[in-house]
Amino acid sequence: MKALDIKGLAKTYKGGVQALKGVDLTVEEGDFFALLGPNGAGKSTAIGIISSLVNKSSGSVKVFGHDLATDIVNAKSCIGLVPQEFNFNQFETLFQIVVNQAGYYGVPRSIAKERAEKYLKQLDLWDKRNSAGRELSGGMKRRLMIARALMHEPRMLILDEPTAGVDIEVRRSMWTFLKKINEEGITIILTTHYLEEAEMLCRNIAIIDEGQIVKNTSMKALLATLNVETYVFDIASGANKISIEGFETRANDDQTLEVDVLKKGGLNPVFEELSKRNIQVMSMRNKSNRLEELFVRLVEANQAKGTTNE
Amino acid sequence: MSNRNMTALYTIWIKECTRFLRIWVQTLVPPAITMSLYFVIFGKLMGDRIGPIDGSSYMEFIVPGLIMMAVITSSYSNVSSSFFSAKFQRNVEEILVAPVPTWVVIMGFVGGGVARASIIGVVVIFVSMFFVDIKIAHYAVIIVTTLLTSILFATAGLINGIYAKSFDDISIIPTFVLTPLTYLGGVFYSASMLEKVFNDFWQGVIQINPIYHMVNAFRYGFLGSADVNIILALSMLVGLNVLLFAVAYRLLSTGTGIRT
Ligand SMILES: Nc1ncnc2c1ncn2[C@@H]1O[C@H](COP(=O)(O)OP(=O)(O)OP(=O)(O)O)[C@@H](O)[C@H]1O
Ligand SMILES: [Mg+2]
Repeated sequence: MKALDIKGLAKTYKGGVQALKGVDLTVEEGDFFALLGPNGAGKSTAIGIISSLVNKSSGSVKVFGHDLATDIVNAKSCIGLVPQEFNFNQFETLFQIVVNQAGYYGVPRSIAKERAEKYLKQLDLWDKRNSAGRELSGGMKRRLMIARALMHEPRMLILDEPTAGVDIEVRRSMWTFLKKINEEGITIILTTHYLEEAEMLCRNIAIIDEGQIVKNTSMKALLATLNVETYVFDIASGANKISIEGFETRANDDQTLEVDVLKKGGLNPVFEELSKRNIQVMSMRNKSNRLEELFVRLVEANQAKGTTNE
Repeated sequence: MSNRNMTALYTIWIKECTRFLRIWVQTLVPPAITMSLYFVIFGKLMGDRIGPIDGSSYMEFIVPGLIMMAVITSSYSNVSSSFFSAKFQRNVEEILVAPVPTWVVIMGFVGGGVARASIIGVVVIFVSMFFVDIKIAHYAVIIVTTLLTSILFATAGLINGIYAKSFDDISIIPTFVLTPLTYLGGVFYSASMLEKVFNDFWQGVIQINPIYHMVNAFRYGFLGSADVNIILALSMLVGLNVLLFAVAYRLLSTGTGIRT
């Protein structure tokens, strides 16, 4: 079953910004799906249309087979939304916020109160249940929005940058939580600018840029296309003078050497060359997240294509 | 009505009532104070000089109008400020993502305005008892007029909230439209007094004012007599209610002011 089936989705805002230019996307039921893209790519616009906050210009969206245009009630009931911006009432208490949200979906109040306890506890907010929204820290607000989105027990959870501004410890516990509910059967769609987060959590991925999907594949397949990795060596001195046969090298300064290494080649020749020259390696690390490299390359390629077309 | 819609309606209504009860010092106390001042100044101090109108003391004459005034202002401002702040804080999105039909949204918000207006109506009647012996001729007319009037102005406040882009936008209409219409709505004078000041044309204009009819219908409920035809007044109220509901329905279902 397709949890999400988008065809030809386009959006032009008043004022003329073309935020989406014909997006096709499918997400299978049970998937943990990453929607990635630079600022302004159109991620939140797409999520806004899926969750009825933004009017589409054209195209179609189906959620678990329910078309937004013809079967909005069932489509909406399947979705739980954690938006990018805080959008709860600042003066209501957490308990009121989540119980009311369940009420809008038609969950009877007695059941809503039980669920409020369940989800506020799971997201470590139960102690704060009588605090007003504005009294929470940023990370607590994000968790509140996750609890709120689960109150009607949706089949699909859409999270728009849920970990923005969240500390490492809380981020980790959020990951564990999301993994758990995904294993229990909830389809998850996530946007994030932390690519290691997507790499760790998601099975499938789409990269969107300037309103278009530039890549839609599995995480494994995407990472497999990476055949070069860059390593950074901190050495005692002499980086400027080094060249290694078969490898591309750059010296950032005299103590820092960058080497591009082909996946199948391995690192041994580099070490051999360095020890032959009696250069001491103090430490070594990956230049950056592998996925980040790929991401930047894909987006740059897309933007270069855009400029030549215009 | 399906259980889902009932629950959603009840939830919005409870949320609206919780809101104005939470800030009761801003929402429930001011009308009691303002109306007490009106009673003291217009009723007691000046009323004796004005003398009786159509067989009632001036105080008895203005009490129904002042209650109506409080009902109109509070139902309007409750919904306009609540809906605007829900847009401003974006928590209106909580309702937009859920399968809540437009008419449920309207009824929930309007229901909140009606609840606040009714509480205030009762409070003002209670306050007025310190100044005058309240007589009630027709309970049913009072209840029906209060409900229809508060529904009407709550819906008008909702429409204002839908269009509003800033806090100024929700005070402009009350200042420039509502207050003048209320003051010209026969709260403080009867038709016979108008004849002395205005020619027929202006008298006609004043009597087109719907608030004039509401105030008079309401006064009929208390005193048993009024300047307007009560059936006409109530029909006018129903007609205006249908019209404004249709406008609010259209605006919300197309997403005016709430969906980009
Ligand atoms: N309400 C709006 N009115 C007009 N233009 C808008 C509106 N919302 C977004 N846009 C424009 O649409 C484009 C896509 O924005 P969107 O918020 O979807 O990006 P995003 O991928 O979510 O970015 P980010 O990672 O920064 O959240 C941007 O150019 C943005 O300026
Ligand atoms: Mg965004």
